[in-house]
Amino acid sequence: MDTRPSAGQGYRPEPLIAEDIDAYLEKHQHKSMLRFITCGSVDDGKSTLIGRLLYDSKMIFEDQLASLEAESKQVGTQGQNIDFALLVDGLSAEREQGITIDVAYRFFATEKRKFIVADTPGHEQYTRNMVTGASTADLAVLLIDARKGVLTQTRRHSYLVNLLGIRNVVLAINKMDLIDYDKAKFDAIVEDYGKFAAGIGLKDFLAIPVSGLRGDNITGPSENTPWYEGPSLLSHLESVEIDTERRKTQPFRMPVQWVNRPNLDFRGFSGLIASGTVKPGDRIRVLPSGQTSTIERIVTMDGDLDEAVAGQSVTLTFSDEIDCSRGDVIAAADAPPEVADQFEATIVWMAEDEMLPGRSYAMKIGTNNIRASVTAEKYQVNVNTLEHVAGKTLGLNGIAVCNIATDKPIPFTPYEESPDLGGFILIDRITNATVGAGMIHFALRRSKNIHWQAVDISREAHAAQKNQRPRVLWFTGLSGSGKSTIANLVEKKLYALGKHTFLMDGDNIRHGLNKDLGFTDADRVENIRRVGEVAKLMADAGLIVLTAFISPFRSERRMVRNMLPEGEFIEIHVDTPLEVAEARDVKGLYKKARSGELKNFTGIDSPYEEPENPEIRVNTVEMTAEEAADYIVEKVLAS
Amino acid sequence: MSELTHLQRLEAESIHIMREVVAECENPVMLYSIGKDSAAMLHVAKKAFYPSPPPFPLLHVDTTWKFRDMYKLREKAAKEAGMELIVYQNPEAKEKGINPFDHGPLHTEMWKTEGLKQALDKYGFDAAFGGARRDEEKSRAKERVFSFRSASHRWDPKNQRPELWNLYNARKKKGESIRVFPMSNWTELDIWQYIYLENIEIVPLYFAAKRPTVERDGLIIMVDDDRFPLKEGEKPVERSIRFRTLGCYPLTGAIESTASTLPEIIQEMLLTTTSERQGRAIDKDQAASMEKKKQEGYF
Repeated sequence: MDTRPSAGQGYRPEPLIAEDIDAYLEKHQHKSMLRFITCGSVDDGKSTLIGRLLYDSKMIFEDQLASLEAESKQVGTQGQNIDFALLVDGLSAEREQGITIDVAYRFFATEKRKFIVADTPGHEQYTRNMVTGASTADLAVLLIDARKGVLTQTRRHSYLVNLLGIRNVVLAINKMDLIDYDKAKFDAIVEDYGKFAAGIGLKDFLAIPVSGLRGDNITGPSENTPWYEGPSLLSHLESVEIDTERRKTQPFRMPVQWVNRPNLDFRGFSGLIASGTVKPGDRIRVLPSGQTSTIERIVTMDGDLDEAVAGQSVTLTFSDEIDCSRGDVIAAADAPPEVADQFEATIVWMAEDEMLPGRSYAMKIGTNNIRASVTAEKYQVNVNTLEHVAGKTLGLNGIAVCNIATDKPIPFTPYEESPDLGGFILIDRITNATVGAGMIHFALRRSKNIHWQAVDISREAHAAQKNQRPRVLWFTGLSGSGKSTIANLVEKKLYALGKHTFLMDGDNIRHGLNKDLGFTDADRVENIRRVGEVAKLMADAGLIVLTAFISPFRSERRMVRNMLPEGEFIEIHVDTPLEVAEARDVKGLYKKARSGELKNFTGIDSPYEEPENPEIRVNTVEMTAEEAADYIVEKVLAS
Repeated sequence: MSELTHLQRLEAESIHIMREVVAECENPVMLYSIGKDSAAMLHVAKKAFYPSPPPFPLLHVDTTWKFRDMYKLREKAAKEAGMELIVYQNPEAKEKGINPFDHGPLHTEMWKTEGLKQALDKYGFDAAFGGARRDEEKSRAKERVFSFRSASHRWDPKNQRPELWNLYNARKKKGESIRVFPMSNWTELDIWQYIYLENIEIVPLYFAAKRPTVERDGLIIMVDDDRFPLKEGEKPVERSIRFRTLGCYPLTGAIESTASTLPEIIQEMLLTTTSERQGRAIDKDQAASMEKKKQEGYF
């Protein structure tokens, strides 16, 4: 079989370059840009197809071709022929395993367009990589092996492409050479896929019969498929309408990235315009504050502009001195985006550590850095069957529809309208890893309905009446470390000194307020969240609150710390080595845990994350409980 | 208004990236290598923060073996941008007299890889802009725009943060840093077209002129100063040459050319059928060499 390339022979320059370079440059500086993603599983020939596109659009240089030929013979899968997949499989580990693990970006250009291709892996365990690649794509090429038809992964990829809001979908039915370019088989696959696509709300797609290996219908019509009358893959990519026009017709919105303040006379607001058009003289509104002003200038280094549109990075000045800073959104005054702090969203989880409802994550949306937590997981989506299944947490590559709450109201638009103001990432606040991505559907209620009840007696007044500074003394440590004993002694001592106190103990809370919670990681997080909220209310009432909970996770202790004013949260590490605590075993729990009777026991089969910088640390091996309590009282009153 | 061109979209994206870094990092710096990619990146930076000067310094990790024309432009470019210029030379390499003639790969490792790490540590920079592009090399094609480095400057290609939409995660612990590549999505041709359209000043060595040269291992090397060890009886030959890439002068091969304007350079580039980096001896290594270098901290 001849697998020599059909169109390319390595890089060939356009004739115009030699004839008239100025004319060539003029033509090429007006090119538009299309970003697309290719999806398919390992054997569908995805890398081969991209390699072929690069090759046939003459983007491969002679020397690259020479090393490709050498490499193909050495490690390729095509015998003596060129293995185009080697052009795009980047990292050495990937080349050895013969699979694509990460997202790789490729570039090529034709006379009409510059293209950026995100090449992403097909396996289910790389769902997050595919979502990453799809997040910036205007178009998706879904590969199907003509011999196999619509497979589970085709459905999964289609679901993800649709989830990420990609409106242009190409179904590239590949390896047509291996089914003798059979029209009937092609039609059957298209019909089969059409039914499925309609079911997930994917409205439109273009099916093209191709062979990446042989080059059929890649850059031009193929003699092998006379029955196919549509465009070749490349001519479709060159002519398909890009979604930028739609963004321009939406109302003006620009998240503020940076306030430009070179001197006292200039104050500009820099950002990338997310949607719409802006002109000097336009009335604008700054969200979330709602203050209005008028655009004075659109400042760029090339001179002021009369107009700027979605996709441009600009600096705006206002005619009035109103508050505006990073994270705010400048919007058309008569069509501002909504502001809310509770949403329904689809979340894709991207980390090994599972998502825990109630845990506080850092969230980035637009230019806003805030905190958010999942308040309820409504259902998970099985990406293979698209069934909804119940779940409490969310593991790597899991997808779920959730309710989320942010720690302050933010301007947003539904993701479907604008990814720029509706897409967000979640970041683990301890490891700083990006752990999730989300797409907002809608606000659960507008924030204007949930303004805090303004009270006349403030927390300061409550505290002043008691002649003390509110505090939350947060005792943390292993089971049996002596938290409750010491906390009890501390409370007695404070009471004797005329302080107004209240002690919340783990066991007591679990018998009442939190009796619906067990000992899974998710329940432990919720347990601490509730305790934190109650402690905060009591601190608002002016009390010195003592809590004695194992509270094994750093992030939850930090969550409570962040609920309170600076300096009011005092973390006390009751530091007792596991052997000592286990030897004490006051409640007989360690024995049960060791025998397997008790699951998820901290220190045995569930981790305890020691405080890194507690305000107070007491070592119960070196000190008696009485000494520890005296030491704590002294430190607390001095702070 | 007509549709944005690909260059307008690329520029807008790069500006957005630079502003995110300035808004979210404490102590950013821009790596400046004086080449054409650095020139384009610096120009975008000026645009991103106008009318303010870019709010970070330029850092040149010097090897003392750059072309004289490069040193001249370095001072001028920094001054015109209104930016502080930091020049760092690895004191150990200086003391040992490390040079490209006697020390081979050690030259790059000591001056550039080690020098860069030392400079970042010395000034405590937590983010460093680099002009690398994804079209340059296979392992670059997979690297993030915000590329995270451990406290010991290592890159872990298998453990990169997912990067979605235009939301960049700049969070890090003390001592860790981020390499930021705002020009990731530009290609070689995009850079040249931008330099042409925006009238950006570049080192004259990119333009053809008669220059003294010798041939070494099939490369045409320019004799830029009297540190160049000529072989016995060897005499530099005048050739009309220019450079496609600029590194240390004894490591950078020239091409014979008469292209003396930007359109001619672009024309010549588009008519050549070999890839860009052929001129730089450092890359004539096995396929995975760049990935290895990058894991060790090379930019």
